[in-house]
Amino acid sequence: MKLDAPAMRRVLARRAWADRLFRGCAVLMLLIAVGTLAALLIDVLIDGAGRLNWQFLTSYPSRKPEQAGALSSIVGTIYLMVLTAAFAFPIGVAAAIYLEEYAARNWFSRIIEINIANLAGVPSVIYGLLGLELFVRTMGFDRSLLAGSLTMALLVLPIVIISAREALRTVPPSIREASYALGASRWQTIRHQVIPLAFPGILTGSILAFSRAIGEAAPLITIGALTYIAFLPDSLLSPFTVLPIQIFNWVSRPQAGFHATAAAAILVLLIVLLLMNAVAVYLRQRYQKRLSF
Amino acid sequence: MRAGARRRRVGEGVLHLILFLCGSLSILTTLGIVAVLIVETVEFFREVPLIDFFFDTQWTPLFADKHFGIWPLLAGTFLTSAVAVAVAIPIGVLSAIYLSEYAAAGLRRALKPTLEVLAGVPTVVYGYFALLFVTPLLQRVIPNLSGFNALSAGIVMGIMIIPMVSSLSEDAMYAVPSSLREAAYALGASKLQVCLRVVLPAAFSGIAAAFLLAVSRAIGETMIVAIAAGQQPRLTLNPLVPVETMTAYIVQVSLGDTPTGTLEYRTIFAVGMMLFLSTLGLNLISQWLRERYREQYQ
Repeated sequence: MKLDAPAMRRVLARRAWADRLFRGCAVLMLLIAVGTLAALLIDVLIDGAGRLNWQFLTSYPSRKPEQAGALSSIVGTIYLMVLTAAFAFPIGVAAAIYLEEYAARNWFSRIIEINIANLAGVPSVIYGLLGLELFVRTMGFDRSLLAGSLTMALLVLPIVIISAREALRTVPPSIREASYALGASRWQTIRHQVIPLAFPGILTGSILAFSRAIGEAAPLITIGALTYIAFLPDSLLSPFTVLPIQIFNWVSRPQAGFHATAAAAILVLLIVLLLMNAVAVYLRQRYQKRLSF
Repeated sequence: MRAGARRRRVGEGVLHLILFLCGSLSILTTLGIVAVLIVETVEFFREVPLIDFFFDTQWTPLFADKHFGIWPLLAGTFLTSAVAVAVAIPIGVLSAIYLSEYAAAGLRRALKPTLEVLAGVPTVVYGYFALLFVTPLLQRVIPNLSGFNALSAGIVMGIMIIPMVSSLSEDAMYAVPSSLREAAYALGASKLQVCLRVVLPAAFSGIAAAFLLAVSRAIGETMIVAIAAGQQPRLTLNPLVPVETMTAYIVQVSLGDTPTGTLEYRTIFAVGMMLFLSTLGLNLISQWLRERYREQYQ
């Protein structure tokens, strides 16, 4: 093919035009994604801001939308999260320490690794089925806070382990070697050198993992958590409800009044998530400063 | 001193064992999931023949006239997931190309976390958005759209998956060595040509992995479809009518008070088994693809 100067210029112009078109398409796609996020937040804010008041935060659910409140689900969410963290955090960190600091690189630790990666991809309803059969029926915990938090602990455990391992990996080997050189045992090294250095990172990752769990409704619905609770849980074996389930219940009702109530509860949920993420970001920033020594 | 050293050794041994047990708990979780699903599914198939499950075209276990054909639930799951993937893949991949090849570093630092927020929004919130914002909006354009439908649930689910698709594709594009790009530029290629003919093909296995993971995520997603797609198992490929996905069925049964040991109770485990196997298969293939592209350029 022969190209003279004008033909070449045409080819170049066409290419520049195609380049711009493609770039425009890509920017448009990004705008759709970010715009949807904005639309979602604005929609919820418009629908729910009017209902979000003290009365809403301190009332029990009701048959009348204007009297309904989120007290039992807010308290349930807090209890459930504290219990889930109490189960999942120590076990997850211990598992991460084992995999990073103790396990030999053999077939067994390889299996555990592949297994954890796969568990993180199992749909959350499936964890609900496990919790239903294991905790609710076999162990007889019924639809209690205990059964719910154990189920949620199993659900977040893979994420906690993965993020705790990443945090442990950021501790430089020289620190461990220095500790061994001073005669410390493996556990002393981990306890006094590795964990203190990795702890803010572990905490950040775990807070993000638990903030994911706060928004989960499916596994708790599957184990049979109730949707209408007009009292506060008083023991590990009390029935409970959480914000996402309460939101689901209100959204599913035909009356528009309940949709506003649902939007108000969504605002509460989003604020809680925002606070948790802010804490995680704050910790991460402090941590980054400390490690650069 | 000697006794102290021995005590220390015993203590270390006990700690090692405790840490090992915590590490193995994940294996027990997997075994637990598999055991629970198998036990209840076997019980289910004692009462319902496999032929009915795979060849009947109706799913009505909660009605007096019971049918146990899985196809309507599979169709609903397929439909919502197909819409979700059709939304997430183009937006996710194009965003990734833009972020990795075009965007300035500052813009990239601002846009990436904003996209990540999409993955952090609770799924009930997306369900609310799909049912009360997207569906009414679409109904202005498509008048015969039902209040519950696969279309808006799928679109919103797709939006939710975008960050996952874009970050996985971006990783794959990042792994393409810059020498390939520079070689193409040296031959006179434009930026677009480099993106479409060099980077994209080289990152293909990574993008395929993102695609499979997106499908798996969409199949397993529960609350969006339970809220916005309806609860009517229907063998259809029409995205405008109410359908029911496998996950939504599990939620529907769980909301009612179904006694243990009944056939209705076991259906959710049989459906759960289908769900578990399909997501596990997709996840495994996706993992294999990702490991492949990691090795490719080393």
